[in-house]
Amino acid sequence: MSAILPPADRLWWKQPIGKQEWMWIGLAFTWAMIMFVMMIYWHINGKQNLSTETYKSTPEMFAAKAEKFIAENTVRTETDQNIPVVKANDKGEVYLTASLWKWWPILELEKGKTYKVHLFSMDYNHGFSLQPTNINIQVVPGYEHVVKMTPTQSGTFAIVCNEFCGIGHHSMLGRIYVK
Amino acid sequence: MATTYRNCPRTGLQFDTAAEKLMRWNAVVGVVFLLVGGIMALFVILTRWPSVKLLPADQFYLVLTAHGVDMLLVWIIFFEMAVLYFCSSTLLRCRLATPKWAWVQFWLMLVGAAIGNYAVLAGESSVMFTSYAPMMASPLFYLGLILFAVGALIGCFVFLGTLVVAKNERTYEGSIPLVTFGALTACIIAIFTIASGAVILIPTFLWSVGILKEIDALMYRVIWWGMGHSSQQINVSAHVAIWYAIAAIAVGAKPLSEKVSRFAYFLYILFLQLACAHHLLSDPGLGSSWKVLNTSYFMYFAVMASMIHGFTVPGAIEAAQRAKGYNNGLFEWLRKAPWGSPAFSGMFISLVSFGFLGGISGVVLGTEQLNMLMHNTFYVPGHFHATVVSGTTLAFMALTYFLVPVLFKRELIAPKLCALQPYVFGISMGVLSLVMMGAGTLGVSRRHWDMAFSGAPFQYEWPGAAYLMMGLTGIFGVIAVIGGAMFCLLIVGSLLWGKKLDEGKVTTERTPFPPNTVAANVSGHGDAEHASVPGTVVLAMLLLVSFVLYYFVNWKYLSEVWGLS
Amino acid sequence: MAEDNEIPFMQRVLDNHFLLLFLGIAVPTVLYIIWGIMEIIAIPVAK
Repeated sequence: MSAILPPADRLWWKQPIGKQEWMWIGLAFTWAMIMFVMMIYWHINGKQNLSTETYKSTPEMFAAKAEKFIAENTVRTETDQNIPVVKANDKGEVYLTASLWKWWPILELEKGKTYKVHLFSMDYNHGFSLQPTNINIQVVPGYEHVVKMTPTQSGTFAIVCNEFCGIGHHSMLGRIYVK
Repeated sequence: MATTYRNCPRTGLQFDTAAEKLMRWNAVVGVVFLLVGGIMALFVILTRWPSVKLLPADQFYLVLTAHGVDMLLVWIIFFEMAVLYFCSSTLLRCRLATPKWAWVQFWLMLVGAAIGNYAVLAGESSVMFTSYAPMMASPLFYLGLILFAVGALIGCFVFLGTLVVAKNERTYEGSIPLVTFGALTACIIAIFTIASGAVILIPTFLWSVGILKEIDALMYRVIWWGMGHSSQQINVSAHVAIWYAIAAIAVGAKPLSEKVSRFAYFLYILFLQLACAHHLLSDPGLGSSWKVLNTSYFMYFAVMASMIHGFTVPGAIEAAQRAKGYNNGLFEWLRKAPWGSPAFSGMFISLVSFGFLGGISGVVLGTEQLNMLMHNTFYVPGHFHATVVSGTTLAFMALTYFLVPVLFKRELIAPKLCALQPYVFGISMGVLSLVMMGAGTLGVSRRHWDMAFSGAPFQYEWPGAAYLMMGLTGIFGVIAVIGGAMFCLLIVGSLLWGKKLDEGKVTTERTPFPPNTVAANVSGHGDAEHASVPGTVVLAMLLLVSFVLYYFVNWKYLSEVWGLS
Repeated sequence: MAEDNEIPFMQRVLDNHFLLLFLGIAVPTVLYIIWGIMEIIAIPVAK
């Protein structure tokens, strides 16, 4: 029962380590370094790195920009709620607002082009979960997050809210068209 | 009041009778909250099972909040208080420092847990365990958590005080036992956890009563996770200590090397808590250097430590079993292990599930870029059911089977059911976490009431496989709840109706460690004793290969999604 | 019994519980909490 007794050898640090243990420690260390380098490697050579471009903002400030963007770039409206379908402006920017319990507006993007998506929450935390592609980004109120996205497939995509935001959370579904 | 000691006639362990009473009460209250949390679990699972969908949305979020708080905090930390007192006063054969303060710990935690539960069940605080500001719970919710945390902090100080007492009164020679060292690691992480909790929950409480105007949402997330994730790192340290303890008790295993195991714990002390960043990898505003360094526990040193424990625990068991003559082939030592003892089987299933399911998924989930594939999906609870439930809760259950005769002086009732319980619970929980991770890989959200998005302006149809995974989640979730209920009933039944056992002598004299016991002697021989552990090497290689394959499969998957920069 | 000065440095570190407590609080406080808060404070205000 020696794990529950004080070590019998007072100088336990001087006890040599067995070969098999050394081998395993070596493997574990090597694997740890590979995993660490992998994250850095992906920052240099990978094509999927989350942008860190972020600004402190307020609902009023962001709403002004988002409304202007929608007013200038709407191509049509959809559903009986008349949700605007909006294309990117000529700088390739789009504004996507999360609030209880909707993603606003619907975005219309083109495959292969790179967009600057400005994500903002008007109230609580929300979760941008692009399906079925499965990209998930936290949307934190008070912070405007500018994410560069390049759609690689065309089709209709859903934005599920995957951060709990109250009783209507499950009905918070947005849409992105990629042509 | 003089300190009295009891010598357990079955194990030779010595209990300070005041400490013993505290261990019993903390463990019992823990199990009661496990029962409450388990009932909530049943409602959660029956609602997320798409073809059952039992509760309406508001009640679902309410029981989900209660389930999280009761399981992740209340049950586990109450039990950990018992573990801390056991690992200090019992294993060091000394008196518990300030039993009166320890009772303050118990009552503060109990009152805090009761207030917190009341706040949730009254319906004003369905904010989830994470309670992200600016979503506001009733002030009682934060107050309950604060009282609970202050209680736990007092418990940590009693533990540290007891280490000082043991050292000053020279109740042991040299270094503290490895298991106590593991408990010390847990205690250190607990103090960081509780300090972070205080830093964020006290302002949040003041905000909820209107004294503060605003809580920054991102600041809240960073500091809250200093508590929310670290609290699970307390569990890792504690359940690894319990693996070592049960291996020692059940098969007489001794650490392959004190140096290696303790150094692995040292890496935990330094780096394990950095993994709080796992929850913030897909957040705005935090730089990549901060994310990479923290999420990797400073270059994955704590993962390396876990891999070392994952080797040395089965290695110690193998060495002990081989010394007993189970030397045939690679795995006779494992086949002939005491699988009928719930303490051993629970511990071993906990070890394997934690390594293969919880460990691998945790590292993948905590890789900066890969996190975007799984953040806030059902993968996340899948992962932590493999760590906190299959890992921690099952290890605590295993220890409880050992403690009933020792601490409560009762025989276990229905020994056959007791022997079965770890398998029912462990296997169903293992499958449950796998199918949950499967659903998460397909994108299904966590904390989400309705996969059909009723009331949404348009539709999104999940793949059929996602519904299959959620159906399996329902089935195995119910079996796991049954396994958990078996545990609660068997333990409570044993405490009430188990045959009373001889409690041994109670004296005012402390009995020192028996000098030169056989076990103590052989552990001193170091390398000469180094048994070869080929079976463990094979198991460890299997873990590494699964780890590497699964890791790179996820990178492949990531490379196929939209470009992000 | 070994004299205290024969005890290797790392063993003395691992036997020094309050040093471990200090390190276990200091490392995450600096690398995670303080650095994290600095990151948040450094976020610029939107135009």
